[in-house]
Amino acid sequence: MSSEFTVRVNGATVSVPAGATVAVAMVIAGQPCRSSVIGEPRGPLCGMGICFECRAVVNGIPHSRTCQLLCEPDMEVQTDE
Amino acid sequence: MSNYSRERFDVLVVGGGPAGIAAAVRSAESGARVGVADENVAPGGQIWRGGPSEGPHSFEASSWLVRLKKAGVIELWGKRVFHHPEAGILLAEGLDDVWELSYRNLVLATGARERFLPFPGWTLPNLMGAGGLQALVKSGLPIQGKRIVVAGTGPLLLAVASYLHKQGAEILLICEQASVSKLARFAVMLIRHPEKIFQGLQLSKDIAGIPLATSSWPVAAHGKRTLEAVTISRAGKSETVQCDYLACGFHLVPNTELPVLLGCRTRCGYVQVDELQQTSVPGIFCAGEPTGIGGMDLAIIEGQIAGLAATGKASEARMLFPKRERFRRFARLLDETFCLRSELRSLPSADTLICRCEDVSYSRLREHTSWRAAKLHTRCGMGPCQGRICGPATQFIFKWNPDSVRPPVFPARVEHLAAQPQSISEVTGEVQ
Amino acid sequence: MNKETYDVVIVGAGIVGAACADAFAGRGLRVAVVDRDVVGGGATAAGMGHIVVMDDSDAQFALTNYSQRLWQQLRPELPDDVEYEQAGTIWVAADEEEMTEVLRKREYYQKRAVAVEVMDAHQLMKAEPNLREGLAGGLLVSGDAVLYPPCAARFLIGRAQQRGAQLRLGASVVQISESSVRLNDGQEVAAGIIVNAAGANAAELTADIDVKKRKGHLVITDRYPGFLRHQLVELGYLKSAHSVSRDSVAFNVQPRRTGQILIGSSRQYGAEHKEVDQVMLARMVRRAQEYMPALGSMSAVRVWTGFRAATPDKLPLIGPCPGYKSVFLATGHEGLGITTSLGTARILVDQVTGSKPEIAVEPYLPSRTAKEYAHV
Repeated sequence: MSSEFTVRVNGATVSVPAGATVAVAMVIAGQPCRSSVIGEPRGPLCGMGICFECRAVVNGIPHSRTCQLLCEPDMEVQTDE
Repeated sequence: MSNYSRERFDVLVVGGGPAGIAAAVRSAESGARVGVADENVAPGGQIWRGGPSEGPHSFEASSWLVRLKKAGVIELWGKRVFHHPEAGILLAEGLDDVWELSYRNLVLATGARERFLPFPGWTLPNLMGAGGLQALVKSGLPIQGKRIVVAGTGPLLLAVASYLHKQGAEILLICEQASVSKLARFAVMLIRHPEKIFQGLQLSKDIAGIPLATSSWPVAAHGKRTLEAVTISRAGKSETVQCDYLACGFHLVPNTELPVLLGCRTRCGYVQVDELQQTSVPGIFCAGEPTGIGGMDLAIIEGQIAGLAATGKASEARMLFPKRERFRRFARLLDETFCLRSELRSLPSADTLICRCEDVSYSRLREHTSWRAAKLHTRCGMGPCQGRICGPATQFIFKWNPDSVRPPVFPARVEHLAAQPQSISEVTGEVQ
Repeated sequence: MNKETYDVVIVGAGIVGAACADAFAGRGLRVAVVDRDVVGGGATAAGMGHIVVMDDSDAQFALTNYSQRLWQQLRPELPDDVEYEQAGTIWVAADEEEMTEVLRKREYYQKRAVAVEVMDAHQLMKAEPNLREGLAGGLLVSGDAVLYPPCAARFLIGRAQQRGAQLRLGASVVQISESSVRLNDGQEVAAGIIVNAAGANAAELTADIDVKKRKGHLVITDRYPGFLRHQLVELGYLKSAHSVSRDSVAFNVQPRRTGQILIGSSRQYGAEHKEVDQVMLARMVRRAQEYMPALGSMSAVRVWTGFRAATPDKLPLIGPCPGYKSVFLATGHEGLGITTSLGTARILVDQVTGSKPEIAVEPYLPSRTAKEYAHV
């Protein structure tokens, strides 16, 4: 019943269910949300907006907390290097 | 430039989980002008995430949300409180706006967050909190057929395992660090809490067939760029399990940052309240997990007491005291059952990162004798999580005491720090 | 702490106390350092870590210039966590009136062999594209640097300890006398010389010295690498630092090696509590946005306050403490504690050991008379 649409994560097209957060899109795409200070790949940890590990660049805006951001069709998401 | 809005309330409730909603409902039903603010885009906080359509609490949650709407509470979802610029005013920010919220009385229902304990490999992607993975699945992450290990401590582990199992995941193992005797005692004591038995029975029906290991904990996570396997300790031996996700959390810690910023006294890390849920600051009440981790039922009762007390309905509030006392006993049972064993202090190795925001390793922290010294000299705790992840871990491992709290209690936009309530503007004569 | 007598006991393990400990230990003296908190925990922790040559007065120039050279000499030995970067300072001129001030500064610095370069509006925008349009230009001082002060203090204390200095933390001094200091746990630390390097709290230890607290605020953002390259200070900063009675703010931003932006600065009189003052914070942030509008949408991770140690004539107190025979002062550095810590330590040690200091010390002597204070 839930409709799907696509967003782009690091250039690749990813299908996400409606109501999905950007963090979910990145995990589905198998891409890290950000690169840590020493260069480790990182993904969402707490799922509730306090760990800041899910920060990514969304439509050009850096440090976007993706676990609290809903996907929109044709969003451009990139790992925050 | 952000949009600047103002609202005034008789009672402002910060936190839209069970405690906050219960407080807002009772205050509003008493005739007050009430607002509830929460950073999540939908009501329910963590425990009612995903709305009332799912889970064993669906009936309870729905009825409270219906009452919320009926009572005319002003709802401010997606707004995160970050500052207290002067008495009686809180500042909250949304994606593109900032809100100046004035109140006569305040109810803080800021809930709790998971406690994370570091071990080698814990920073790998696809290793999340137990509540963390559940939140992501509720936010659309497909996990059908995925192999998951659930580890850590607390009733949340079983609830999460049950939920993920229902969504089609293959739960390989649940590793609970509490001993089998502690858990057995917990199960027996549940008899004193009939409503919990129903939930407990539900859970054991759901997770029948999933191996549950007690006195068991994660020792290392492995993988190149994402998680591939987990090594766990069980009956004194190590076992490595291949998996897609590790859902790992060590019970809950209260979100006391905003109460502390407002001057509320704490004891043993929890906000001190009197029998009417009032804190040490007159007119400021606190309900739910920040006063003691006790689960949803206790949160709802405390929220109601706070909401009634905040509108002067003390005698109605008192009628709820006996129920609160019963649920408080459950809270104490939780504390005793799921306290952390000392072996967990030795999980990190020298180069295990403790502070994930600033990538500070265990060996660097060990040199220091206090949180403050460690923070200043290594930057541990100076990142955007403001010590919410590494703080509880270092408190447990090193027995350090946390620092004082300063605004902003969450990172906020620089321009929002310049928000100036009307009263201050009048004093300086500056135009807003 | 040992029961033996030390040659020197230094009260305060901030950047100035640490530099003094390093300098005294380097001359072979037996040193003890006492602090009621952690190393580098006072203004050292709260300040901007800006190493800057100032031309406010000849005396201020002499000390900051001398000190900056000492930092440059020390640079190769500084560990990574001190984050020393020769980012340079650009003094930003908003209009033509401020440009004449830029030219005056250039002449002053060039006469004294400090490398400077005037930038016109176009060159300024090229150097710092995130500044707003319409500024007049600026003065680049390329020898200026930035660092992370708590780790610098720790490095200096560490070097002193390698030479035998003893460190006692978490102990406050309740009394200073001619031959010892008494700690709050009752212990007496005996020493030939006592140095008061207690910063904003110096007047609590040796009465009658005119050191007052001057509160400041700072904001630090998340990481935005490449946004800012130099420390930028508005020329109006000098008016702010000059004022002895009005609370003021000035545009003053610093790039940290992490890519975080440090946003300052503010000065307040008579404020004794360390809580964030919303009126000052709002003014400071607005001022910063006037020069760099893009700062507004950045994520601010932390805000904090600190107390500078201010004297009426804006020069520090370095030398024998009036009214005592063996107590010395090394305090009153206002916003230049990081910069002048090394120079302060050198000229203090020179005074104590009878060596010839490399710069004239008279302007900084605590004994400069009351009538010199009267002009403010």
